[in-house]
Amino acid sequence: MLAMGSVIYNLFFDYTLRTVAIGTATLGMVSGALGSYAVLRKQSLLGDTISHAALPGICLAFLLTNSKTPLVLIVGASLAGWLGTIIVTAIVRNTRLKDDAALGIVLAVFFGLGVFMLTLIQKMPNANQSGLDKFLFGQAAALLKRDIQTIAVISGITIGVMLLFWKEFKLLTFDPAFGETLGFPMKIIDLLMMTLIVLAIVVGLQAVGVVLMSAMIVAPATAARQWTDHLSVMVGLAAIFGATAGVTGAVISSTTSGIPTGPVIVICVSIIVVFSLVFAPKRGIIWRKY
Amino acid sequence: MAPQTEVLLIAIVVAASCALPGVFLVLRQMSLMSDAISHSVLLGIVIGFFLTGRIDSPLLLILASATGVLTVSLVELLNRTQLVKEDAAIGIVFPALFSLAVILITRYAGNVHLDQDVVLLGEIALAPFDRVTLFGLSLPYSLVVMGTILIITLSVIGIFYKELKISTFDPGLSIALGFSPGLLHYGLMSLTSIIAVGAFDAVGAILVVALMIVPPATAYLLTDQLFSMLVVSFLVGIVSAVSGYGIAIKFDASIAGAMATMAGFCFLLTFLLAPQRGLLAIFYRRFRQKWLFAQRILLTHLANHEGEGILPKDKKNAKHVKISTAKSKSINPILPPGKSDQCHLHQLHHYLCWNVGFTYKIVNQAQKQGLVQIENQVLRLTNSGRQITAQPFIQ
Amino acid sequence: MATSNPLAIEVTNLTVAYQETPVLWDIDLAVPAGVLMAIVGPNGAGKTTLIKAILELIPSASGQAWIYGKPYRQQRHLVSYVPQRGEVDWDFPTTVQDVVMMGLYGQLGWIRRPGRREKQLAREAMNKVDILELKDRQISQLSGGQQQRVFLARALIQNAQLYLMDEPFQGVDATTERAIVTLLQSLRQQGKTVIVVHHDLHTVTSYFDWVMLLNVHQIDSGPIEAVFNEDNLHRTYGGHVGILSSSADVPPSQVLANEYS
Repeated sequence: MLAMGSVIYNLFFDYTLRTVAIGTATLGMVSGALGSYAVLRKQSLLGDTISHAALPGICLAFLLTNSKTPLVLIVGASLAGWLGTIIVTAIVRNTRLKDDAALGIVLAVFFGLGVFMLTLIQKMPNANQSGLDKFLFGQAAALLKRDIQTIAVISGITIGVMLLFWKEFKLLTFDPAFGETLGFPMKIIDLLMMTLIVLAIVVGLQAVGVVLMSAMIVAPATAARQWTDHLSVMVGLAAIFGATAGVTGAVISSTTSGIPTGPVIVICVSIIVVFSLVFAPKRGIIWRKY
Repeated sequence: MAPQTEVLLIAIVVAASCALPGVFLVLRQMSLMSDAISHSVLLGIVIGFFLTGRIDSPLLLILASATGVLTVSLVELLNRTQLVKEDAAIGIVFPALFSLAVILITRYAGNVHLDQDVVLLGEIALAPFDRVTLFGLSLPYSLVVMGTILIITLSVIGIFYKELKISTFDPGLSIALGFSPGLLHYGLMSLTSIIAVGAFDAVGAILVVALMIVPPATAYLLTDQLFSMLVVSFLVGIVSAVSGYGIAIKFDASIAGAMATMAGFCFLLTFLLAPQRGLLAIFYRRFRQKWLFAQRILLTHLANHEGEGILPKDKKNAKHVKISTAKSKSINPILPPGKSDQCHLHQLHHYLCWNVGFTYKIVNQAQKQGLVQIENQVLRLTNSGRQITAQPFIQ
Repeated sequence: MATSNPLAIEVTNLTVAYQETPVLWDIDLAVPAGVLMAIVGPNGAGKTTLIKAILELIPSASGQAWIYGKPYRQQRHLVSYVPQRGEVDWDFPTTVQDVVMMGLYGQLGWIRRPGRREKQLAREAMNKVDILELKDRQISQLSGGQQQRVFLARALIQNAQLYLMDEPFQGVDATTERAIVTLLQSLRQQGKTVIVVHHDLHTVTSYFDWVMLLNVHQIDSGPIEAVFNEDNLHRTYGGHVGILSSSADVPPSQVLANEYS
């Protein structure tokens, strides 16, 4: 009980922990909410590809501007992530390769290029470069106030646009052809949705890193789906699950020595998934068995 | 051997052993399983390390391969609940296993050569420092391991070539012939896991993915036959390895990164330039076909509306009169009923919804080839034009 | 000039190709307002493609569709589309009422959400197809027939003049099939035009009053009694339709062999 109390105390009054927790909660919330759409559109692994594809963008943004301002890096990452999705589409549309191969190609090659550039940067003489690999593995514990500000603004915009175009995104996800006949330009709505997902991923990279980002997109949404049959509840729950995992991860890794935040967040969210699959009413495994 | 030669040799062996089973992964649309496996094998390595206290014990290889197979079964387990789609299942399982491994490492084995950097990116340049003696020869440990794995890969694919081929292209027939697709599936997954584990140490998880997917995908754009696909994939893998190594040395950058980049470059070149399936070939074909097709549309249109200039309609063709009357209303309201200008040179583009310039070009072309005649601005099919419309349109 | 009876749809010289393989060749089609029309033809004849090309969901190589005398783009609000059931993921987390209300999204325009008025309209539409009691049910828990009724309610709520339906009878139970037929016929009585991609040749004459026979090329279209004959069916289906009797006074629907269902 005492330990619990001190955790809550720290959450409110320990400046570092509070900063980190706010950051991871926000990231978890955004990726959970937007991830719902990725999962419903059967694009779960696109998140994995986008997160890997972002790396060369981050490196290039740094090489061009010599700045590590979060905003600059996020813009670079988003553009690269975006380019990656476009290439995936181009490969699928013009060759006989399927989604899986196209996603794998972009993922591995962009990431390889990113690593190549990263090692070039690390060997550059002006040593302003440390910290880029924060995106690689995520360093939630190293989130600063200015990072949080950037994250908050981007997350706010992302969630705001999602709520604003709620009806249009629902149409896009459920029945885009029908939406087109209603007069909505579904391609543009699709583009908008894709941009939001890219933003959610790129922002999240700082906390959990490239490899684990796919879980942040897929897991909260998958867990949330089990509890509800309403899109709004699903998106809301996914956001809550993501945020919960974010805060829990931040707290656990701050109270236990030598445990990195990102992986703990992913473990938390995976536990939520397993729990949901087993115990959720109506859909859950136990419910269906008995 | 000089250390550089050894590094290059390891790179080649890794590339070769990844490129072969990758062909089957790409063909079976399971490419991303290599992504999942290559990450989650870390958990097996960590557990093996805790059990043996050594980083080079063969037990690590076995446990890690087992984790790879475990990943596959977990994905299938999730998928079978019908609550999670397969891609979502992959996206949940491997990050979870990978996270577990990372937590274990950082908490309990912080000072071991097992940090995330190495896991993801590998450090092939360091491979020559870790040596074993075999038949009196001092060889890099990685080279021995990967050489063995390459031999295993070659023999497995060699022995089960026919079975793999049938179960990949026709799972139904494969069951009918008595080959268990499940067994072959898990066999292939085990092989992938073993390669992932072996290559992991040398080149890191991501390069395993690059070398398993990109060369076979490249080959798939170049050839139709399984055997030549294996050969091409093998060659592309080696070319990526060698050229990537050269570039990495030149720029003093990550070897794994450069190899993945070069594999991507090979794919890009093929994607653009492949003789049949390259983007350029496709666009050229589409461009040419667009013209042929448009000409054919014109001829078909003329055949369907034979004689519909601005002349009064033939009474026998009553059905068309009706349609055309309707048309003249919506498209050309000044036309009296019963008359149609379907074949009029200056009206064609309205009916076909083409732009004017394009319409004239197509008409011109058809006229030059002697397929249509123009009298008083009205188009008419020639005999050879009519013959063409009677044949089916085959590209 | 017969301006009093405008054409609901007029397709002129429509050609559609997928990857340069022609699927529809120079289709001319004129459908007067107020008919209930079936589009029939063998698999791969381009029936679905025709509907999608009319709705500009897929690009056409030539030609276009005119809806009540104007290009489709200007007349979207007059047209309602019922896709094949299989085109959407029924496991999507949403309720029957919510799907039905999607029909109003076009009228609502950007950003505005459905409110009380829309819910009322949705209830009326669901009532017309007898699924009001399913209104809060999750769509994955519906039978095939119920799913089809949901789609029909979503189309009804649009209050369109022209309905384009892709295989509404596919995989539905007999009760639903009868209900749909009654519904379509009442739409026609209200002066609306309904075009249905249809598979079952046996029911063409009893359900519809207009028919289009299609097999990549248009074979024929017009009133059933004028167009739906052996000769045209032969030309549409090749040798696949066996003719049991060539007696002139037997209506074609009974002439057809059971090969088609």
